[in-house]
Amino acid sequence: MKGFVLKEFLHIFRDRRTMLILFGMPIVQVLLFGFAITNEINNAQIAILDESKDEMTLAITDKILSSGYFHLASVLTDRNQIEPAFREGVIKEVVIFEPNFSQRFGKENQAHMQIITDASDPNTANLLYNYTNAIIRDYTSKSTQLATPPIQIGIETTMQYNPELKGVFMFVPGTITILLMLISAMMTSISIAREKELGTLEVLLVSPLKPWQIIIGKVIPYILLSFINAVIILVLAYSVFAMPVRGSLVLLLLESILFIVMALSLGIFISTVSKTQQQAMMLSMFVLMLPTILLSGFIFPIENMPLPLQIISNINPSRWFIIIIKNIMLKGLGFGYFWKETLILVAMALFFVAMSVKKFNIRLSK
Amino acid sequence: MNQVAVDMREIRKSYNGTRALNDISVHIHQGELFGFIGPDGAGKSTLFHILTTLLLPDAGTALVGGFDTVREYGKIRRIVGYMPGRFSLYQDLTVEENLKFFAGIFKTTIAENYHLIKDIYGQIEPFKNRRAGQLSGGMKQKLALSCALVHKPEILFLDEPTTGVDAVSRKEFWEMLQRLKAQGITIIVSTPYMDEAALCDRVALMQKGDFMAINTPEVIVANFGYRLFAVKSALMYPLPAALEAMPDTKAVYRFGDAVHYLNTHEDKSAEDIIRHLQVHGHNEVTVNQVNPTIEDCFMLLMKKEETADANT
Repeated sequence: MKGFVLKEFLHIFRDRRTMLILFGMPIVQVLLFGFAITNEINNAQIAILDESKDEMTLAITDKILSSGYFHLASVLTDRNQIEPAFREGVIKEVVIFEPNFSQRFGKENQAHMQIITDASDPNTANLLYNYTNAIIRDYTSKSTQLATPPIQIGIETTMQYNPELKGVFMFVPGTITILLMLISAMMTSISIAREKELGTLEVLLVSPLKPWQIIIGKVIPYILLSFINAVIILVLAYSVFAMPVRGSLVLLLLESILFIVMALSLGIFISTVSKTQQQAMMLSMFVLMLPTILLSGFIFPIENMPLPLQIISNINPSRWFIIIIKNIMLKGLGFGYFWKETLILVAMALFFVAMSVKKFNIRLSK
Repeated sequence: MNQVAVDMREIRKSYNGTRALNDISVHIHQGELFGFIGPDGAGKSTLFHILTTLLLPDAGTALVGGFDTVREYGKIRRIVGYMPGRFSLYQDLTVEENLKFFAGIFKTTIAENYHLIKDIYGQIEPFKNRRAGQLSGGMKQKLALSCALVHKPEILFLDEPTTGVDAVSRKEFWEMLQRLKAQGITIIVSTPYMDEAALCDRVALMQKGDFMAINTPEVIVANFGYRLFAVKSALMYPLPAALEAMPDTKAVYRFGDAVHYLNTHEDKSAEDIIRHLQVHGHNEVTVNQVNPTIEDCFMLLMKKEETADANT
């Protein structure tokens, strides 16, 4: 048994590709998700068309530009310039003030602005609009105190748990899930399929080793390595992106181990039904990767999915694990709030372990 | 004789409707060096898989070391050593790591049975820190044999151990098998090389899932029953056709650089053959009567089976 585990470690450490996938991928993925794929706005290029140029429009312009989110790329003088400005592709938003802006405001107690955004990227357009809108509302709420105040409902919004709406907070739990799933399940399934392919499994079978011994021997190294991976991702998230762990760290790690075990048993199950490494890899990709990314609530909220997909997402272990880590890391909740999800993962782990021990062939399947 | 190491009765196995093994039976005694001889596709590997408990037969029973291959597979797996046809060790582990691993899964150590493998492992021990994937064919074979032996098996199954190995290593390998046999291990080996049959105590000649003969190589050769002529001529290509044309021809087949010829009539002499060939325009004809080998027996038996098949 000890020899088996040792052997498995040697396989992993001697194969440069495996090592790269094991330790290169988590780092690259976290950094990629953290830096490149972000929903935040920094220095968005905008243009301003000010047709009144009075003290009020200048003040609003000033406020927008000093917010730090926007950068003035050009000043337009005519409405005909708007279309060409967007076409150049640099400008994402144009802010327009109507003529005699402050005069109207004084007389009619209302004036008009127009915000045009480049909605070829709808998410960004929406965000830009919201940011700009917030700034203007802030300005008006202060300046209307001068005039006769109309009835106003003040809305104070708080983004609970992630006040700055940082994208990293959303991506880190998802990334941990994907990586643990991928590494644990894919790597074990490939490593067992490799023994089948190279014929070494034949020799292992004609030995006193029991199926569960072969499985445990295969799995132990990957549990350890996946766990180290989870820790690396957390450390990266914490140090580079200032991602908090508001709940219990121990609980988080324990839940991670549970998820790893579940993923490993899924991997073994995959290897029992595939004959070659290639087959194992393709199966892992389709069965694990896509649902983990698309159906876990990582990118697309599950509540917005059509009902059949919502139901399918229930059998996706990643879905439950993402809920658990979000609860621990972002909300700082205790075990009492996600024991149900934990129980589901335990049940899934047991199911796959039982299935793979049962399906693990004591003979050659021909 | 001695106790029975393998008792196989009426074993049948089919793959997708094609018969791989055709209700065949064999007894192998303890301490015997037994060879299954036959070309690729004769069913040797399938037979080995059944005997090493890796495959279930469709019908029939087999006892290995007194244990049933279906019900008592666990016990068999403890007492046999198995070396599959293709190199099945971990290429990314070193020679020593491989051996240690296989000793480990049988809960033994290299030191414990070193006397058994010393002869073989000693030759590759200087390279013990080399990765198994970088060994030459002959050395791989020795390592695989060491790994199959390290737990001191009672019965050793070697599936085509000398395929793809150079002539010198093959010879060495058989010498090693003889020494292992002297230690009391039953050795069951399969090979497509007919010349290796003579090195076994007894052989089974296999063809298309059937045993054509099971006996000692000497008896098989002695039962050949025909005068065998090796024929050469200046024109080798049309030679077999010309020989076929002779009356009462039993068999004609290429053998090395000559053509082997059998006639059903005992009194046909070399001169008769020369005369026949000269009539058909062959020059520089030489005809020698030679002693049959196992390969000749195999060809003849195969021919018999074919005619028997054709008649049924």
